[in-house]
Amino acid sequence: MNLLQVKNLVVEFPGRRGTLRALDDISFAIAPGEILGIVGESGAGKSLTSAAIIGLLESPGRISGGQILLEGERIDNLDDAQMRRIRGRRIGAIFQDPLTSLNPLYTVGRQLVETIQTHLPVNAQEARQRAIALLQETGIAAAEQRMEHYPHQFSGGMRQRVVIALALAGEPKLIVADEPTTALDVSIQAQIITLLKSVCKKHGAAVMLITHDMGVIAETCDRVAVMYAGRIAEIGPVHEVINRPSHPYSEGLMAAIPDITVDRERLNQIDGAMPRLDAIPKGCAFNPRCPKVFDRCRQERPDLMPAQASQAACWLHAPQVGGAA
Amino acid sequence: MSAPSEKPKAMVSARDLAKTFDVSPPWLNRVLEGKPRLMLHAVDGVSFDIEKGKTLALVGESGCGKSTVARLLVGLYEPTRGTFSFEGQDVHATLETPQGKSLRRRIQMIFQDPYASLNPRWTVEDIIGEPLKEHGLIKDSAALHARVGDLLQSVGLSAKDMVKYPHQFSGGQRQRISIARALGTEPEFLVCDEPTSALDVSVQAQVLNIMKDLQQSRGLTYLFISHNLAVVRHVADQVGVMYLGRLVELADKHALFATPRHPYTRMLLDAIPKMHATGQARTPVSGEVPNPLSPPSGCAFHPRCPHANARCASERPITMHLPTVQVACHAVEEGRI
Repeated sequence: MNLLQVKNLVVEFPGRRGTLRALDDISFAIAPGEILGIVGESGAGKSLTSAAIIGLLESPGRISGGQILLEGERIDNLDDAQMRRIRGRRIGAIFQDPLTSLNPLYTVGRQLVETIQTHLPVNAQEARQRAIALLQETGIAAAEQRMEHYPHQFSGGMRQRVVIALALAGEPKLIVADEPTTALDVSIQAQIITLLKSVCKKHGAAVMLITHDMGVIAETCDRVAVMYAGRIAEIGPVHEVINRPSHPYSEGLMAAIPDITVDRERLNQIDGAMPRLDAIPKGCAFNPRCPKVFDRCRQERPDLMPAQASQAACWLHAPQVGGAA
Repeated sequence: MSAPSEKPKAMVSARDLAKTFDVSPPWLNRVLEGKPRLMLHAVDGVSFDIEKGKTLALVGESGCGKSTVARLLVGLYEPTRGTFSFEGQDVHATLETPQGKSLRRRIQMIFQDPYASLNPRWTVEDIIGEPLKEHGLIKDSAALHARVGDLLQSVGLSAKDMVKYPHQFSGGQRQRISIARALGTEPEFLVCDEPTSALDVSVQAQVLNIMKDLQQSRGLTYLFISHNLAVVRHVADQVGVMYLGRLVELADKHALFATPRHPYTRMLLDAIPKMHATGQARTPVSGEVPNPLSPPSGCAFHPRCPHANARCASERPITMHLPTVQVACHAVEEGRI
């Protein structure tokens, strides 16, 4: 059974000038222990997807359609109190900026112990032991002394390690990591990604990793979903999507990324910009920028369909050859 | 006239540039609490040359001093030590004189954040037109109008966009407006401080391509600052790697990426996740960038360096000039690596 299943999720923001549909019919699943990457440019809906899953959509945003199932059980319609019991215990979260995800007024130890005791039936002594073990596991030296330190006494990379320890504290089955390395320097990024991958494997936790860095995706994930204008453009095994992208948008995106191992005179560029939510074109949202556009793309909106080893929302892969004819 | 056998003369050349910031506590605290003076050596003895029409990229992690170098070059900071010359003229000395203004016209800068570097209450025409008016290049408004239109077109925007305000543009379009503004005075040298870091990859590709096209058509010289080595590989001719205020390695792009010499350069190259090496685990580098207020003794990189020995901990390495590369490392000098 899938650990997490998202079915036809729709997130909308009602506003004065009408309702904006920020996520439109998103469906995907994460298997136990799997690492699913989500990539896309700013505004594509990556972070909204994670916010919807962990129940932290900011008002007036709301889930207006579809379902989110965690271990077969619906979590999209729970109230705040019920959701609080799931968050931390069954779904852990890691955010971009480690300084804002830690409370500056409490010691790291107190935050860890409190989280452990909230979610697990252990006494204070056991919770403390667990907290120290978690810090050691995430590569913090002199963990026992570090328990007494405040977040500002840690460097950026160390803080993100503490945040990973916190996310693991409730022994969740799923960790949602939203740009966990974006705020860090390159040499630290590699450490954190390696750590995240190894501790999640050890604890058997699946990860939904949101990032805009394709290199991180390539090295970390099993599968990847490419998002564009609130929809999934393509989802499939990571090396398939990177090396043989099926959707023209993923193809353009992969070619636009400067590669450190290759010399290229010019980068491929996708002309134009992602549409605003209030001006999403009819048919396929990518059609005005797509080099392979044909009539059907301007009329009908494609859903995910099998394409090579992946699934792509593109009429090029329609089962009937020559959908335009 | 220089002899033909000599290397082409550098357009921009920095010699032993240094900038120290006084970050001491206030005088009263120093007297009452006995706190010492604190000096932050943001840039410490950096030397490089850039030939006309070429791009030098400076890379390094946050706090290594790359943005300070950029600000020194455009005259936003006074150097504490060392000189920076532009076509043989000492820039900081010239800026004090009446000729300073024409020098400023020839050196322009593009900033990192296109949301912060454009005045939100000005139209695009005002923004791009200001340096033209300031330098007295264009006086009547019809000519200004035409010139701003041309500049917008040269960066791939429409002349009609000049009546709009910055908030009406996306990040990539704003960065193009910044480029158009910088190009207005027909500079020869552009200092670009992380010009694409705030942009998405597909937009980054658009901006990098425009910068390359402009370099070719106008013969611009760039100093390109970035923390992204993949971007640097794409734009640069020469690459300088900075660590805690010092230039640890400076080499031709191809030499640097093919055979990095300094252990820090190797570490940086190794730390970058590669797109086409799926599933391959790297050995992550240990340690973090030290506090620049109390840099390690000797070679600043020695606590993280796998090749460090006693000499590295005590003696600061001097930059060696090898045929294709200049590098500051005892291990390279001694032939240990």
